[in-house]
Amino acid sequence: MMNSDSSLSIKDSTYAVSTVVKSIMTDFRISRPNFFSTPKKGENYELRADLNSEYRDRRKDAIKKVIANMTVGKDVSGLFPDVLKNMQTDDLEQKKLVYLYLMNYAKTQPELVILAVNTFVKDTDDSNPLIRALAIRTMGCIRVEKIIDYLCEPLRKCLRDENPYVRKTAAICVAKLYDLSPNLAIDNGFVSTLQDMVSDANPMVVANAVTALAEINESSSTKDIFIINAPTLTKLLVALNECTEWGRIAILAALAEYKPADSKEAEHIVERVVPQFQHVNGSVVLSAIKVIMIYMRAIKNEEAIRQLVRKMAPPLVTLLASAPEVQYVALRNINIILQKRPEILANEMRVFFCKYNDPPYVKIEKLEIMIKLANERNIDQLLSELKEYASEVDVDFVRKSVRAIGQCAIKISEASERCVNVLLDLINTKVNYVVQEAIVVIKDIFRKYPHKYEGIIPTLCQNLDALDEPEAKASLIWIIGEYAERIENADELILTFLDTFHDENFQVCKNFYVNLKYTRLNNFIILRVCDKLLLRFNYNWLLQVSNFSLKNHNQHKTSYNVLYKSLQPNVIILIFEIVHIFIGDYYQQILRLPRYYLGFHILS
Amino acid sequence: MISAFFIYNQKGEVLISRLYRQDLKRSVADIFRIQVISNTDIRSPIVTLGSTSFFHVRHENLFIVAVTKCNANAALVFEFCYRLVNIGKAYFGKLDEEAVKNNFVLVYELLDEVLDFGYPQNSETDTLKLYITTEGVKSERALKEDSSKITIQATGATSWRRPDIKYRKNEAFIDVIESINLLMSAKGNTLRADVSGQIMMRAYLSGTPECKFGLNDKLLLEKDTSHKGMARKSTAVEIDDCQFHQCVKLGKFDSDRTISFVPPDGEFELMRYRTTENVILPFRVHPVVNEIGKSRVEYRVTVKANFSPKLYANNVLIKIPTPLNTANINVRVASGKAKYVPAENAILWKIPRFQGQYEVMLSGDAELSAMTVKKAWSRPPISMDFQVLMFTSSGLLVRFLKVFEKSNYTSVKWVRYMTKAGSYQIRF
Repeated sequence: MMNSDSSLSIKDSTYAVSTVVKSIMTDFRISRPNFFSTPKKGENYELRADLNSEYRDRRKDAIKKVIANMTVGKDVSGLFPDVLKNMQTDDLEQKKLVYLYLMNYAKTQPELVILAVNTFVKDTDDSNPLIRALAIRTMGCIRVEKIIDYLCEPLRKCLRDENPYVRKTAAICVAKLYDLSPNLAIDNGFVSTLQDMVSDANPMVVANAVTALAEINESSSTKDIFIINAPTLTKLLVALNECTEWGRIAILAALAEYKPADSKEAEHIVERVVPQFQHVNGSVVLSAIKVIMIYMRAIKNEEAIRQLVRKMAPPLVTLLASAPEVQYVALRNINIILQKRPEILANEMRVFFCKYNDPPYVKIEKLEIMIKLANERNIDQLLSELKEYASEVDVDFVRKSVRAIGQCAIKISEASERCVNVLLDLINTKVNYVVQEAIVVIKDIFRKYPHKYEGIIPTLCQNLDALDEPEAKASLIWIIGEYAERIENADELILTFLDTFHDENFQVCKNFYVNLKYTRLNNFIILRVCDKLLLRFNYNWLLQVSNFSLKNHNQHKTSYNVLYKSLQPNVIILIFEIVHIFIGDYYQQILRLPRYYLGFHILS
Repeated sequence: MISAFFIYNQKGEVLISRLYRQDLKRSVADIFRIQVISNTDIRSPIVTLGSTSFFHVRHENLFIVAVTKCNANAALVFEFCYRLVNIGKAYFGKLDEEAVKNNFVLVYELLDEVLDFGYPQNSETDTLKLYITTEGVKSERALKEDSSKITIQATGATSWRRPDIKYRKNEAFIDVIESINLLMSAKGNTLRADVSGQIMMRAYLSGTPECKFGLNDKLLLEKDTSHKGMARKSTAVEIDDCQFHQCVKLGKFDSDRTISFVPPDGEFELMRYRTTENVILPFRVHPVVNEIGKSRVEYRVTVKANFSPKLYANNVLIKIPTPLNTANINVRVASGKAKYVPAENAILWKIPRFQGQYEVMLSGDAELSAMTVKKAWSRPPISMDFQVLMFTSSGLLVRFLKVFEKSNYTSVKWVRYMTKAGSYQIRF
């Protein structure tokens, strides 16, 4: 089974050493000897000798060595003429290697490529179809202006070759030529030949013609190169069942672009596409699903649509058993499909439950889908599952799971209480990041269902010390502010946050500030808050906050702007402004406050 | 479509690099090495940097990478990468760094054949082996006279079969292999139980045989019974979904649920299926795991085989997770061997032969070392591995395999069944 090429390992150190010695002794052509770069040149020198050797095996081994060097990124373009000499050979393997070299370095040696043309053209006349195809395939990949003119005749021949293998290769070659020179491809009639090839008797030729046409159409300015009409449609539908899996994908992609004339035609095409759901290749299945999703728009028959929706679920579920990467793509697609037709997988939530050893990217996609599928009937199951995930090790996944619980609460109001209970259970685990995430989520639940779950506020406040993330802090501040009247020690709680006030980032402060503004803490608290503010203020921060207020409160906008603009970096007036906003309704005190505090500040 | 294809080793050295389109430079290989291989934060198998997307699949110690500049069909790219892995396995036995390095010429040759201008072409291993050969894989006939036939076969409607196959004895072997996936909650509820089955066939049949294959498929039998008036529903299996090898005529299956095909020569996967109804769980696990204080975890795990006492399960392995700070383990088992493996944070309990209806128990405890940070143990699920011969969890049976050929030869058919563990997890 194993190839015995082990002597040709990519890094052959003993070989390199002998090369150094040899090159120092023999390579006289280097005008200024540089011992650091000689080994490389020396190796090429030796390879050159081997490429010109009289022994076949030696030449072939040298070519292999050149390819190996090319792979690891060494520059072997200097050997171009020597490699080229080995092109004309009966040994197919050697020929392929030379072609591989040519494709890589043709651009660096455009002048010399012309030497290869003769062999190429001769090869396209070979009796062996594999060689004919190889020659036309490689020629298309050599992107040198000079060679294009020589490409046209052989390509014309190959497009009409009796052997389907050559024809299917030539079909792709037209796309290569078009990429290089659109006019040449059109003027020579290759594109119209390609259009005829869609009716070829061989399914693989059809598939490749479709592929090439689709690509050309995509890059053309007019977009009228590949238009499917009734006869081509029939051809495509026939070829769909006969060609390789990759060909099927190409045909399905073409069908997805087709606009069915009426509901009846759409139903007819769908009927031919649906069997592809049973294909073993997941990408064929996804392509078929794409076609069906698009055609469903055109179908008027409600019963037919119901049937299709029913048929679509099993193959989608089956994709979840494929390799994780394919699963990932499938899940991303399912996520989109569900936006359009949530009913497809309505009863299949269990299959999206995460396995402990699923890769993280799969788990997170599954989570999103589960939220989409959540409803009153399956919510209990989902909640116990999400609770389970919240105890896993992957922090990111745990956070997203907690967040998912909140999303369920907001989505399904009947279940919100159960969701809140699960969140409370999680808070009681005291795992730091779980607690913080839960608090963020609970804030959202409070916003959606105001005054419904006030009872849990004490539990939340117990975890005040554990909070160190801005978003969690900001959320708790918001909650305290919002329910300040009902929290006995709201003032104390707020003040604990004040201690670290000036270390906080903008988000926390902003929330702090906005909440205080809208809530009715007692005067005393406000005074204390202002006190802290004054003691701990940071000019830049104040500036930011005041900017924020200017932008957000239209009713005061003009006056603030005037105030703001008239300020030099005059901190005191800025504080005045902040205090003014804090007090809100307590307008009366504004007059007294600044004076008092200004005095206090100056004194301290 | 695919603009470039690379194979890297673990260290990020390029072993194979093949460009298919000119929209990329060879140096794009370095970008992948820097941004993905040496970056531990990358979690997605698709990484898009600027307008270039890198798709990667890991296999053995290799990174198999496809690069594209356009909005490529992602599922196709991944399926193709996996197909390439399978081709590699078929040619070299195992696709790893060693195999790629030793056969790099052949790998290039294969890459030239299976992708043209970035579009996948024929990737059937059996066909490729006809004309891409090494010392290991060599067809005896001279290439030249055969190549017309090969190319016609490679592109034709039955690209998987040569027309001139002859066997003295015509035989077909069918293996039904089921993987059972289970997810059991800590309370003992089955959260998920499904079977993904595989029907492998080894066909040694002459000529161009038309085969018809029948299972105890509920939908099919219901159709039958409406004609014959027989009530056979009890033994029928409801198949949720199935996929077929490309030789199976999908249109025919869609219209009347018959499975008919012209098989490739030799071994192939005829079909895959999935069932979720009435799944028989071969093993029941009852774990009782108590964390006693901070220093001890107590285990009592009972496992019961739920199949006929005439049958045996082989290579049963039960993996019972232990906390990360486990210092010492004491366990007693009634049969098999249990061993604590610190590297896996688990007790591995092996039972080489497990008779049906038999029940075994493991009891013991884990001593924990003290930790400064108290972090809750995430309690990963208990997982199981096993094989049970002549048993299908879904209850699936092969009803018939009929072979029709012009010469009307008689053929011998064999069938075997096996159930093995897929992801068999029990939470506790």
